Amino acid sequence: MYGKGRIIPALIIFIGLMTAPMWYGSGDASKLPNPEKPKGYTECVEDTQYMRTSHMKVLNDWRDDILREGGARVATTANGTEYVRSLQNGCMKCHNNREKFCGECHKYASVNPYCWDCHLQPKEAM
Amino acid sequence: MIEKALKGNKGYWAWLMFLLAIMGVGGMCYAQQFNYGLGITGMSRDVTWGLYISQFTFLVGVAAGGLMLVLPYYVHNYKAFGRITILGEFMAIAAVAMCLMFIIADLGQPMRAMNVMLHPTPNSMLFWDMIVLNGYLFLNIICGWQVLHAEYKGIKYPKWVKPFIYLSIPWAISIHTVTAFLYCGLPGRHFWLTAVLAPRFLASAFAAGPALLMVIALIMKKVANFDVGQEAKDKLVTIIGYAALVNFFLLGCEVFVGYYSNIPGHMHTLDYLFFGLGHGDHVFNNLVPFMRASVVMGVIGIITLFLSRVKKCDGMLAIACILIFISLWIDKGLGLVLGGFVPTPLEYVVEYVPSAVELGITAAVWATGFFILTILYKLVVSVKRVSES
Amino acid sequence: MDSKRRNFLKIAGLSAIAGIGAPSAFNMLLKGEALASGGHGAPAAQGEHGAAAVTGKRYGMVIDVKKFADNPGLAEQCVKTCHSIHNVPDFGNRKDEIKWVWAEKFQHTFPEHSQYKKNDGLNELPILTLCNHCDKPPCVRACPTKATFKNKDGIVAMDYHRCIGCRFCMAACPYGARSFNWRDPRGKDENGNPFIKELNPTFPTRMRGVVEKCNFCVERLAIGQIPACVEVASSAGALVFGDLNDPNSEVSEKLRSSFTIQRKPALGTHPSLFYII
Repeated sequence: MYGKGRIIPALIIFIGLMTAPMWYGSGDASKLPNPEKPKGYTECVEDTQYMRTSHMKVLNDWRDDILREGGARVATTANGTEYVRSLQNGCMKCHNNREKFCGECHKYASVNPYCWDCHLQPKEAM
Repeated sequence: MIEKALKGNKGYWAWLMFLLAIMGVGGMCYAQQFNYGLGITGMSRDVTWGLYISQFTFLVGVAAGGLMLVLPYYVHNYKAFGRITILGEFMAIAAVAMCLMFIIADLGQPMRAMNVMLHPTPNSMLFWDMIVLNGYLFLNIICGWQVLHAEYKGIKYPKWVKPFIYLSIPWAISIHTVTAFLYCGLPGRHFWLTAVLAPRFLASAFAAGPALLMVIALIMKKVANFDVGQEAKDKLVTIIGYAALVNFFLLGCEVFVGYYSNIPGHMHTLDYLFFGLGHGDHVFNNLVPFMRASVVMGVIGIITLFLSRVKKCDGMLAIACILIFISLWIDKGLGLVLGGFVPTPLEYVVEYVPSAVELGITAAVWATGFFILTILYKLVVSVKRVSES
Repeated sequence: MDSKRRNFLKIAGLSAIAGIGAPSAFNMLLKGEALASGGHGAPAAQGEHGAAAVTGKRYGMVIDVKKFADNPGLAEQCVKTCHSIHNVPDFGNRKDEIKWVWAEKFQHTFPEHSQYKKNDGLNELPILTLCNHCDKPPCVRACPTKATFKNKDGIVAMDYHRCIGCRFCMAACPYGARSFNWRDPRGKDENGNPFIKELNPTFPTRMRGVVEKCNFCVERLAIGQIPACVEVASSAGALVFGDLNDPNSEVSEKLRSSFTIQRKPALGTHPSLFYII
């Protein structure tokens, strides 16, 4: 092959660089996230599976509904428990530890939502 | 075709390296701004737009100026513009690219820029500006590239390009009209609230754009041995000269309306720009030397411009075009946007001075624009030299 | 119905309307509010304060400037309360300043009311200055993302999640009511003091790079409270708040029985704030 001496090392460097994020992020996949469940509560605003996949959509919908459509701030769960449709004043009432609840999965999934740039977590607020 | 940009003499590479160096420094400045916030600039609660938006406004004009070449060449079949029209189209590409970079640099939350498309808002002029600017960018890329590529292949450009060329003509008018509408539709900013703003923007655009092009063409004649031709230059002189005259005429109209009506709101900003505005026991006059220089350079520039045609002197022509370009850059690239914020809606006077970081980012965006321009013009020169020989 | 589908239907519906009636679409473009709550505003020449909305609420406020003169320190108290419950940072300089409500001098709040000679006391009066919650808000018209909008109660509100920080609304506001987060409001000054002295745990802060302003205490109204500044000024009766569209509200009663002025009424913004001087 013409220019073998340069092409092959360059190709190796290229592949190495392109896959660097994978090497960098490689770790123990068996160590699954274990978010701390709130004590004394048995149900959330939706079922666990839905919350796991779509909590961000729930938050977005609450915001748009309350802010733009004048929607209610308080709602009730399937079992009739009242809750505030708010991250800061609702979710964090029960899930009062951001690191141990939110952080567990967010770290595992390597996502960095900027909720806390504005919203206050219970500890901070004290 | 792009491979033509990879072959050049030492001067070509040195120039590109120089531009890259500025871009690198500006990139570091931007990283700083990204981490700290826009507070790192000279902008404040009272003067909320600064150098970024004023450069953006001016460069929209430079982009629209390409129209003055496309229109005679394609619509009126003016053959003398054969070599220079493609330069105008490519200048528009570089200028619009700079505009978009300046807008991104000015956003407080640049990561959310796509919200403009995610939540389309037809009542906002900024939404329309986004549409017309991006549209103009693509139109010029399509037209300029196809036409040059056809020449490179030694054939006539495909038929389907023609409608895009015709579309780009009203589109050029639209980009600067919509940009003027950003300002002149705002209540309570007297200096901007004027129906002649869009016409004045267009007049200054049709002078500044071709003036810059003329300077570049003269440089290319020297360094790349690429001459656009005497007839093209003469015609361009007429265009630049009359457009600059119309711009100053419209500025004169503003001055008349302000001072003859004697309405304070209409006079405040003009006072601030040309004489200094007193507030409390202090006179604010940061921009006065610039604005006066702008008028003087504009007048001398126009006179020199017409004289240079009589004398057939390239040196004089270059000086005239540089004077006109700088004059219009001060007029629109500084005075118009910054002046509009003085006085504030509560009639305080707050001045703005750009910070070093801001200047660094601004320089880098200009350098990026010239980088794009250099590459594109390099292609033009290489292709034209082959096709015409 | 999920929100995506609903949004799609909304957009589809609006496009259909735009397609059928070009004039109405053009009108929408000019007015800047797709869902205008009221009819057309009466011309300023008739001395009308603003357009009376046919349906829905329109919150407004009457500011009795004399009462503030009678109660020194009241204006400052209003400002302090508002800024502390809304986590408004204090950067200690004018360049970065963020304020939702502030005490201003008459000549600045009402620059168009300058006179050769006027009441000596006027220049010393603290004039409470805040967002006018206009019925025809120019800021809403200018915003390219609908991050600022007029809600169904006539409050000009902000969605800080959506704001891209272009500051077009700040250029559009003729009342200087908007502030931009030039730097991180949660940060600290060089002495290590936070810009927000004490955080209100029930209200968020803002982040760097977004615009903010008075929200007429929409979060308090939702739970049946009146705006914080009105509550502070209630004992002095300096601020009257309520629904301008309800002829029996206290604020409507006050407007019928007193001579009030608005800021820059000639601009056609139809402010919802009225001043008794």
